Amino acid sequence: MSDTFVQLSDVTLMYGKSVAVPDLDLSIREGELICLLGPSGCGKTTTMRAIAGLLDPASGSIHIDGRDVTRVPANKRGIGLVFQSYALFPHLNAFENVAFGLRLQKLPEAEIRERTEAGLATVGLTGYDKRKPAEMSGGQQQRLALARSLVMKPKVLLLDEPLSNLDARLRLEMRTELQRVQKETGVTMVFVTHDQAEALALADRIVLMKEGKIEQLGTPADLYARPETAFAAEFMGFENIFRVEGTKAVTDSGALELGFAPASPLLAWRPDGVSVGSGPHQGRVLATSFAGAHREYVLDTALGPVKADAAIELPEVAIGETLSFDLPEATARPLSA
Amino acid sequence: MNTSSRLLANWVILGLTLTFLIGPFLIIILAGASDTSYLAFPPEGLTLKWYLKVFTVESFRASFLLSMALAVFGTLAALLLGVPAAYALNRYALPGAETIRTIVAAPIIVPGIIVGLALLRYLVVPTGVTVTLALFMAHTALVLPYAVRVVSSSMHNLRADMEEAAVLLGCSRLQAFTKVVLPNIRGGVLAAFILGFVTSFNQVPVSLFLSGPGVRTLPIDMLAYMEITFDPSVAALSALLAFMSLAIVFVAERLLGFSRYV
Ligand SMILES: Nc1ncnc2c1ncn2[C@@H]1O[C@H](COP(=O)(O)OP(=O)(O)O)[C@@H](O)[C@H]1O
Ligand SMILES: [Mg+2]
Repeated sequence: MSDTFVQLSDVTLMYGKSVAVPDLDLSIREGELICLLGPSGCGKTTTMRAIAGLLDPASGSIHIDGRDVTRVPANKRGIGLVFQSYALFPHLNAFENVAFGLRLQKLPEAEIRERTEAGLATVGLTGYDKRKPAEMSGGQQQRLALARSLVMKPKVLLLDEPLSNLDARLRLEMRTELQRVQKETGVTMVFVTHDQAEALALADRIVLMKEGKIEQLGTPADLYARPETAFAAEFMGFENIFRVEGTKAVTDSGALELGFAPASPLLAWRPDGVSVGSGPHQGRVLATSFAGAHREYVLDTALGPVKADAAIELPEVAIGETLSFDLPEATARPLSA
Repeated sequence: MNTSSRLLANWVILGLTLTFLIGPFLIIILAGASDTSYLAFPPEGLTLKWYLKVFTVESFRASFLLSMALAVFGTLAALLLGVPAAYALNRYALPGAETIRTIVAAPIIVPGIIVGLALLRYLVVPTGVTVTLALFMAHTALVLPYAVRVVSSSMHNLRADMEEAAVLLGCSRLQAFTKVVLPNIRGGVLAAFILGFVTSFNQVPVSLFLSGPGVRTLPIDMLAYMEITFDPSVAALSALLAFMSLAIVFVAERLLGFSRYV
């Protein structure tokens, strides 16, 4: 499980003269579901295309299953890719879409039929053989694209924001579906998303990327609880991030006495880590909204806006009124600069 | 305007449109059937003899075959050049793509008579290229813009990632083109072929200067025929050719919804 299966060493990816991904090192383990997470434009798709062989690295090397594939063309790498747009073949029906790669291998017709049927069954599309992609819903097209890659028994299956075109409910459904397929097939999956909740829910490990570089790599629990930089913290929902000077939290708008002396240059709190209703500081309520299990406040404080979640039992405080709060040491996450 | 007068206006416009579209066609059909030795409209008496005579005029037969061959092979050549050109223009952010498009469209913009004269003066005369070859080249160039334009528009919605998907499933680049791109632009290619065929077949100005002993396209031959003989057989031939074009377009429309691509 822990042996390196895909290894990117010092890989630099360029478009023309501009560097999209500089000097990337990344190892992916056999059978894991690894997630590339990051904002739009941070190089997730680019990295994936390099693994697939659709983009040649300007320098560095890529090994898959112990073999140097840096110069192996995309059609000989044995890697599957589910495109963000699905990229189904509109002139072929569902069966022929899935059978496409098998036919290229000139397998016996019986085997093609058997494997295609099995592929369609895996994604729950039995009986849809004759449908053209245009006659299928977004979710079904998504499954079809998945089946088309899976029947090839790829060494690695890459998925580029596969759920981003689906509506919220279907997205949750496909999440579990993907996990099930991965458990069933044991295929190594690289999953790209800009949705942190999706990454946390699905991944064995998360690679958080920023401007073509790896910002932090770890298990979802790791990243969620212990982001190391302001960027990672922000991505993981630490919405209050302040500089530290001595025992004070500082922003451009002002300072607040913390009552303890942090060792790190930055501190971050999630909204639910800010205690509300009592505490040494005052904030004027700028906005408030009901969120089911809690109530969300935006407070205008000496530090500027602070986001805080209050227990639902606390009486509602109207906009314009003041609320006391505290930034406790216990829920503070120290960050490096 | 109330509904009924608007409806009336619509009918009037429709009627006028049909009159201008179908009227000339009807006139030609009838003029070709006039039982006179000269071209007459309205026809005086009706006969089919001019329609039959068309098939006995030796030069018509030769020039029909030449025009057919030019239309078929000129259009095929234009597609052979035009499909890859359309593909490249759509797929790659070529430097100067707009300029290339303009150059490709030039034969539509430049008056045909100038294209024909230029080819005669600077190709046929100095190099001694045969007139037939010059005609072939001229018709290919003439049809090329249509080929590029029509194939381009059918390629427009074809995303590059479909080909990449095919490559990842094991295709070479060429296989991805033949197995994924071509099947999806088949309708556009056929539409381009028909449009090119009709354009080439009916071409007059470009072909005007490009004729030699025994080498004339059908429309030019008809012009020449009319200078000497003024009988209704030219009208009869025109009517037959119009029927041929109509039949082609009709079949194309039936087979693949030709009008979607033009
Ligand atoms: N075809 C391309 N040509 C030039 N630059 C590109 C191209 N594709 C992506 N880029 C640039 O490379 C960077 C990474 O893009 P991408 O990998 O698509 O990001 P992501 O998938 O994380 O949203 C971006 O700055 C983007 O503008
Ligand atoms: Mg992307």
